[in-house]
Amino acid sequence: MDAFTSLTGIAAPLPLANIDTDKIIPARFLKTIKRSGLGVHLFDTLRFRPDGSENPDFVLNREPYRHAEILIAGENFGCGSSREHAPWALLDFGIRCVIAPSFADIFHTNCFKNGILPIALPADICALLMADARLGGNARLSVDLERQVILRPNGESVPFEIDPFRRHLLLHGLDDIGQTMQHAQHIEAFEQRRRTAEPWFPSIVIG
Amino acid sequence: MAEGKPRTLFDKIWDRHVVDRLPDGTCILYIDRHLVHEVTSPQAFEGLRLAGRPVRRPEATIAVVDHNVPTSDRRAGIAEPESRLQVETLERNVAAFGVPYIPLLDARQGIVHIIGPELGLSLPGMTIVCGDSHTSTHGAMGALAFGIGTSEVEHVLATQTLLQKPARNMLVEVGGRLAPGVTAKDLILAIIGRIGTAGGTGHVIEYAGEAIRALDMAGRMSVCNMSIEAGARAGLIAPDETTFAYIEGRPHAPQGAAFAQAVAEWRTLPSDPGAAYDRVVRLDGAEVVPMVTWGTSPEAVLPITGVVPDPASLADPEQRAQRARMLDYMGLTPGQKLTDLAIDVVFIGSCTNSRIEDIRAAAAVVRGRRVAPGVRALVVPGSGLVRQQAEAEGLDRVLLEAGFEWREPGCSMCLGMNPDKLTPGQRCASTSNRNFEGRQGPGGRTHLLSPAMAAAAAVSGHLADVREFA
Repeated sequence: MDAFTSLTGIAAPLPLANIDTDKIIPARFLKTIKRSGLGVHLFDTLRFRPDGSENPDFVLNREPYRHAEILIAGENFGCGSSREHAPWALLDFGIRCVIAPSFADIFHTNCFKNGILPIALPADICALLMADARLGGNARLSVDLERQVILRPNGESVPFEIDPFRRHLLLHGLDDIGQTMQHAQHIEAFEQRRRTAEPWFPSIVIG
Repeated sequence: MAEGKPRTLFDKIWDRHVVDRLPDGTCILYIDRHLVHEVTSPQAFEGLRLAGRPVRRPEATIAVVDHNVPTSDRRAGIAEPESRLQVETLERNVAAFGVPYIPLLDARQGIVHIIGPELGLSLPGMTIVCGDSHTSTHGAMGALAFGIGTSEVEHVLATQTLLQKPARNMLVEVGGRLAPGVTAKDLILAIIGRIGTAGGTGHVIEYAGEAIRALDMAGRMSVCNMSIEAGARAGLIAPDETTFAYIEGRPHAPQGAAFAQAVAEWRTLPSDPGAAYDRVVRLDGAEVVPMVTWGTSPEAVLPITGVVPDPASLADPEQRAQRARMLDYMGLTPGQKLTDLAIDVVFIGSCTNSRIEDIRAAAAVVRGRRVAPGVRALVVPGSGLVRQQAEAEGLDRVLLEAGFEWREPGCSMCLGMNPDKLTPGQRCASTSNRNFEGRQGPGGRTHLLSPAMAAAAAVSGHLADVREFA
């Protein structure tokens, strides 16, 4: 996973609530055994017309938003399925940060596993950032994870909260399996205790 | 752990599974059961391979194919190359890593959330995960069960744990009894309509009250299944005599003395009197009526007696625009009666509603009637064992003679990863769990409802109130 320290880039406004993961990437594109190459299917039904041509009304089909690295969206972003293909598609398109009033839990977790920073801010603050995003290429946002602030085009800074452990992993691009492996002895001891205290959990054998 | 302080069912399961607490409160949470399927696992196994890591506890893991398998005769193999590659990849991975696997042609194959409880793999007090959001289904057993992404699938395969912070506790208490013709599906749709699709975010919902206690296990599973549609991390129902009777004798459940010992332990799981919840919602079960969704979010739901809502009634311009978009997508006009909506397809299946009880409910409505002309109606049992049971009861004959298709088990038209999908503009009465745009096929229009309501729609040719079929 790539580390995330800070990012200055174009922010695309997507003022829809409850953007579900089927909308981020429909199920028919999940028949892959890889993580890469999903950016072409990002927001497929919004981005493309039934004949496959680009929908010129969709924000990511317009300049400068084709180069967006930040997305500003409505509440409950990423609801629905647990598919990690949703953050993979965002990342492959070039989005490294999503700002919204709220996120669905599984999507929120999946972002951190892939070096994408999801930032939840009150709706009125999101509305300001949405207005900034609508200004286009002359109005980049800067997101600084180290200092936990977003710098608006007018110079104002907006602080944000983030889970300290997840911030640490993201800042250093750390593999959390490696982190957990450092506790291997405790996991082993836990398993031994469980085997004695709750011996009825059978091992699965498919005959 | 705060011994002595009254704890919820969630608190108790959580506390028993904490291996370590990190300084910021993040816990290393032990996972008892890991369910694996073909769509969200290939990249996880590939990650293990790249890092040279084994699966820590293959014997706590079970793999099955369900999401993109065809529901026609499968003996000749899978025609669609990408689906076949995903299935073959899973088969290679389970062989290489020693993970127990139920093959496609085994009678026990089925939707992962159907077979877990059915085979006695999902038990009270367990932590259960799967790379699928509807893992919340297993919460009906009194287990803490939740969906995870592929990176977390890899984390569980490698360490048998997850890094998690505890969820908040939410209680949904449903008093009274459901009226005749009203099912668990109607109840959970009513709950989602009440609290909204983000109403449970950050919470685990415990369902309690007389109406919940009166549900059979199939109904409890339908309720917990759709907890994710209310945004919750998981749904939970305290184990009781109904739970224990369901589990006893299932092939992977503890047997004999071990079962008795387990039940004694499981009786300590229900929430303590006076346990605190961060949020409480109360409903009267007797007031719930048959429900159907009209929009492209599960919260866009109304009683079947209702009419399509008018966007103009919303004050907020963005909400108004979003509702207008929903109506446009769904091909609906404000004020239309829901019972006037003609349907093209009926889908009875999915991890929400494909158990034997669901098929019995559909067959009871269909018996002696015919599927309306021009309607395609499918029944996709949740597992091979459900299919066998239904055939032993003659339900397949009832459905086939009425004009239904009787299919092989899988996720099927719930998410259209296999050949079972809607074509653009088709309107479907579906017992599945999501009505998102394009969910059942690009341009498809989904109305979520119970199996009995789906059967009533099939024989009527339009959405219908099943209470008129008594």
